[in-house]
Amino acid sequence: MTRPIRVLVAKPGLDGHDRGAKIIARALRDAGMEVIYTGLRQTPEMIVNAALQEDVQVIGLSILSGAHNAIVPRVLELLREKKMEDVKVVVGGIVPDEDAAELKKQGVAAVFQPGASLDSIVQFIRAAVGEGATAP
Amino acid sequence: MKTAERQFTTISGVPIEPCYGPEDLSAINPARDIGEPGGFPYTRGIHRDMYRGRLWTMRQFSGYATPEETNRRYHYLLEQGQTGLSVAFDLPTLMGYDADHSMSLGEVGKCGVSVSSLADMETVFRGIPLGDVTVSMTINSPAAVLWAMYLAVAEQQGVEWARLSGTIQNDILKEYIAQKEYIFPPRPSMRLVTDTIEFGARHTPRFNPISISGYHIREAGSTAVQELAFTLRDGIEYVDWALARGLSIDQFAPRLSFFFNAHNDFFEEIAKYRAARKIWAYTMRDRYGARNERSLKLRFHAQTAGCSLTWQQPYNNVVRTALQALAAVLGGAQSLHTNSLDEAYALPGEHAVTIALRTQQVLAYESGVTGHPDPLGGSYFLEALTMETERAANEYIRRIDEMGGMIAAIEAGFPQREIAAASYRYQREVEAGERVIVGVNRFEAKDEPIELLEIDETAATQQCQKLAELRKRRDNAKVRATLDALRRAAEGTENTMPYLLDAVRAYATLGEISDALRSVFGSYQEQAHL
Repeated sequence: MTRPIRVLVAKPGLDGHDRGAKIIARALRDAGMEVIYTGLRQTPEMIVNAALQEDVQVIGLSILSGAHNAIVPRVLELLREKKMEDVKVVVGGIVPDEDAAELKKQGVAAVFQPGASLDSIVQFIRAAVGEGATAP
Repeated sequence: MKTAERQFTTISGVPIEPCYGPEDLSAINPARDIGEPGGFPYTRGIHRDMYRGRLWTMRQFSGYATPEETNRRYHYLLEQGQTGLSVAFDLPTLMGYDADHSMSLGEVGKCGVSVSSLADMETVFRGIPLGDVTVSMTINSPAAVLWAMYLAVAEQQGVEWARLSGTIQNDILKEYIAQKEYIFPPRPSMRLVTDTIEFGARHTPRFNPISISGYHIREAGSTAVQELAFTLRDGIEYVDWALARGLSIDQFAPRLSFFFNAHNDFFEEIAKYRAARKIWAYTMRDRYGARNERSLKLRFHAQTAGCSLTWQQPYNNVVRTALQALAAVLGGAQSLHTNSLDEAYALPGEHAVTIALRTQQVLAYESGVTGHPDPLGGSYFLEALTMETERAANEYIRRIDEMGGMIAAIEAGFPQREIAAASYRYQREVEAGERVIVGVNRFEAKDEPIELLEIDETAATQQCQKLAELRKRRDNAKVRATLDALRRAAEGTENTMPYLLDAVRAYATLGEISDALRSVFGSYQEQAHL
């Protein structure tokens, strides 16, 4: 039996614009994934703890405030500290090309910029975690 | 071709008939439903001569990085012919945190200007005579604090409060519904809003203590009807609280102002503004017995839809914005912000913001649309759409009344869920290609990079350094005394404005003042509604 992909959708920082995060959460759920949505104003520590507790394969970070360069590297660092490097981190929001390239260099699996289709995000996540992995 | 059999709807999903004619107006009573421009129920606008008498205020929302940088931009915009100022604050300021708070990491000066104390506010308005320019401030949860700072700057400039003209957004209900920049729970937040309305009614007769906002509700993905209905129902909630405070309706209603989105669907937007004026006029007259004509007139600011701007082919955004701005003008807006072409990427650069302002100037001075009030009034289609918009909005208002008002509805997650469902439905339609977004899901092309505004990364360190110096320089015993007095006032039922004024004059910081209020009111956490 295949185990559904588990995804944590998180809103870090002070930004309250959650339209995108909520749409993504619903789209992933409609695609058969198990989605945990953290709600607003999560610190990197809270996000990584939730990822650990919920045993997710993917963390999706939604950031529209321009604070991604401060927040995302901290999430990656905490994942390394907790030996959770196998958790894929994807970022969505207003992230300029140069910043997106830099974040990917640091270990982010993908950055989805405005206009990215829901389908492309679903496909990416399925491919990234290797859909069809059997439950232990 | 599939076109002939396709169901046509507005962007919000309201069905549109193939053609409208005189029979669609049979249910309309012109005196009851439309009226004359400048006459009840103001469907056609609040002034008889509309833009002939006075153009709308061209008010570009701006602010970024340090108070010094923002002050420079304001001087630039005024030199370019802008007629009012509109302050954008950064996220720490909106959330009541000082620039040096740990939650402010990475956010200082990013989405607006950083203001942590009266000293910063003095810098924002340096060389700008507050008696001569109208200033709008987009601030909500800590609005009373920032307004106190503004009033204190006016005092320093020797400008009497009675002469001040402008607006604080101060609409906390739409924060719980849509934008989510809240600090305290709904009821103490409403008490603070009511404090400002009461204080304004007594001391600042030309200042709008609130701008009841649908803009953010729409940006969160609502339909046009939801934007209209939730905004007006929020307005009703503020009225009820002010009446419960002991004010009479005509004492404060003339200074309630509104703020709507100007989205893509041209006629739907114009119908929305017309229906808004009509519903508000009837509500004020019949539900509240307002007598002063100014209480009946819904005045509104409009901003073109940020969420309609595309990252792809950004120059197309100039065209979108021009059409949206035209809808706002044909809908009778009192002031207008036009978005800049680069705002899907970042805060606007100077070149982009100038084009946005020029767009308004072309509409005002070249297009000829200012020559007649409500020039589309009487159109079969528009009048029918106005009636349908009004009917659907009143239906929502009735449902929220039955729930016990907007706070009860928010606590039940009702408007939040309605908006989330609408935004998901819209996104699905875009994904399916049923809604075309030029350059995104049709007519795609390779983009040329555009020049973007870089926010000075040293803004945060500069702001933190200034704060450290301020904390050394000021009379800290006086700061403590004013904060203690504020806390006691917050625990009781007195109006908090005089205490906030004392605290900001003593250079207590925004974070310190917000903490004092948090210690009494608590903080709000929402249930996330997917």
